[in-house]
Amino acid sequence: MQLSRDALLQAYRQMRTIRAFEERLHDEIMKGEIAGFTHLYCGQEAVAVGVCEHLDHEDMIVSTHRGHGHCIAKGCDVVGMMKEIWGSTEGLCNGKGGSMHIADKDVGMLGANGIVGAGAPIAVGAAMSAKLDGKGKVSIAFSGDGACNQGTTFEAMNMAVVTNAPAIFVFENNKYSEHTGFEYAVGTNNDIVSRAEAFGMKVWRADGCDFFEVYETMRDVLEHVRGGNGPAAVEFDTERFYGHFEGDPQRYRGEGELDRLWAERDCIKIFRQRATEASLLKSDELDGVDEEVLALIDKAVDDSRAAPRPTPEDVQRDVYIDYF
Amino acid sequence: MATMLYRDAVLQTLHAEMERDESVVVLGEDLVGGMGTAGGPEAIGGIWGTSVGLFDKFGKDRVIDTPISECAIVGAAGGLALAGKRPVAELMFADFIGVSLDQIWNQIGKFRYMFGGKSKCPAVIRMAYGAGFNAAAQHSQSVHQMLSGMPGLKVVMPSTPADVKGLFTQAIRDDDPVIFLEHKALYGVEGEVPDGEHLVPFGHARLSRAGEDVTIVATGMMVGMAEAAADSLAEEGIGCDVLDLRTTSPMDEEAILDSVEVTGRLVVVDEAPARCGLARDVSALVSELAFASLKAPPQAVTPPHTPIPFARELESAYLPSPDKIVAAVQKTLNWR
Repeated sequence: MQLSRDALLQAYRQMRTIRAFEERLHDEIMKGEIAGFTHLYCGQEAVAVGVCEHLDHEDMIVSTHRGHGHCIAKGCDVVGMMKEIWGSTEGLCNGKGGSMHIADKDVGMLGANGIVGAGAPIAVGAAMSAKLDGKGKVSIAFSGDGACNQGTTFEAMNMAVVTNAPAIFVFENNKYSEHTGFEYAVGTNNDIVSRAEAFGMKVWRADGCDFFEVYETMRDVLEHVRGGNGPAAVEFDTERFYGHFEGDPQRYRGEGELDRLWAERDCIKIFRQRATEASLLKSDELDGVDEEVLALIDKAVDDSRAAPRPTPEDVQRDVYIDYF
Repeated sequence: MATMLYRDAVLQTLHAEMERDESVVVLGEDLVGGMGTAGGPEAIGGIWGTSVGLFDKFGKDRVIDTPISECAIVGAAGGLALAGKRPVAELMFADFIGVSLDQIWNQIGKFRYMFGGKSKCPAVIRMAYGAGFNAAAQHSQSVHQMLSGMPGLKVVMPSTPADVKGLFTQAIRDDDPVIFLEHKALYGVEGEVPDGEHLVPFGHARLSRAGEDVTIVATGMMVGMAEAAADSLAEEGIGCDVLDLRTTSPMDEEAILDSVEVTGRLVVVDEAPARCGLARDVSALVSELAFASLKAPPQAVTPPHTPIPFARELESAYLPSPDKIVAAVQKTLNWR
């Protein structure tokens, strides 16, 4: 694989933006400044970015409750996202959605989703639309090892096969469905994607902590699906660095587990190591990206604090096209 | 004006709208029928006969025959709508919404609001509802009371072939998600249907009988019963307004209040039980906003709070009837 320097730097910038966005959220939530429930994607950045770097705005994705990474990777405006989480009328959803419902149709992001497993059927519909348009576009459902146990996901996979829709089911196995281990909850011998295979589609497996592996795998997956060969599925082995939700005491973690994950399975660290050892990028230019990203996040938070707030009149706006 | 069946008004509207707008897509189980069988596509043509000929004319990418997967059908309709199409999904029996409820309630009904008004979801979810065929508790229900309580959805219940054409055309062209409820006992009812373009806007009740003594509010199959009651009362010199709501979300509150201000008496006929339903909702609306006009307490003619029974005698006892409506009207007239 030969990614250009610019493409590598862009991928790193995206991963780093997701990490910085969420670590800042983690801090601000601790301070009590942010309302509602927040689920952090930290640890899984290589998957969202390794998938979405192949896509343009006409390709569509449907995300999950753990959706910040998918939104950023797909091109949602970071400041608009932060303002949304702050509940401002300048947020991407005018303060009506919050963390779990960020969407931006203009970049092909059809919504994070508060209901585990709800995204896959929606993604199949978007894939049917892409097929009808005949421009070789695809639709991707991101699901976790929790959503893989929902009947909706099974229905969606079968329907995608039956209708030969250009849908891709990306399963991010972070080993935890909320607070329950996948070894308990996934009945198919700890293997999610064999289910997709049983539904009749071609499947792949890869290490989701290695951006390069994700990116290369997705090139094959997309070539298959864009070629009109029907849906496909891929399972990425990945890690969740924080709790199910912010505030989760994570008593289910093993002793030293998180330290080990941060030391051995941090996709950003792995990316830096691989990129610098292969002399693709230099440490100082990666550090430069880090600084730029942190400045962007500072600005996003400052802007969010200063952004306009909704008024009671906004409650009844946008329920219907014409409110009556 | 052409005369046609309620069922054919559905079918002809689908043909017309799919011809008019290539973004209209239909999907559902057995919508084509016969896929993967020796008989081949169109061996069935939809179990209600409301999709005959679509597959041959518009092809498999616009007429999508799906497996029995109600949640994925509605979810796919949501995805199609977000992606810019105008899907019309069929759930066959309204009773099957239970399987797909998350996609109706949490997804398509909320996209626009959750996304801050920056998306629209022009999806129509069609389903056949209602009792009268002794189909028992899981194939006879009226589900509008539950769906009308869900903000973001529009709920439509045509009672005549003309309104099927006008309201279904509006539903397909509407930019919000619409639940389109077709009463299965009305599929075989014939009526005059306007030729050419015919749209009926949502939220406008139809006055099907006019009188000054009592207001009767009804929807779907109940409209015919209310008309029969009104006609027999008219022979005794009692005049009734019969208001066919047409849509229960939005609901034409103004028409109800205007009528009750004249009559002072209200009877609400509904095919769903009264509790947490349309009958009590309309009664509460009138009590709240037109209390001074009331000459008698509002009456609800509804089934009891039970599942729908099977045996003929039991289903008849369960359902409203013209006689029960007449009795309720007389109760409002004889109050005190």
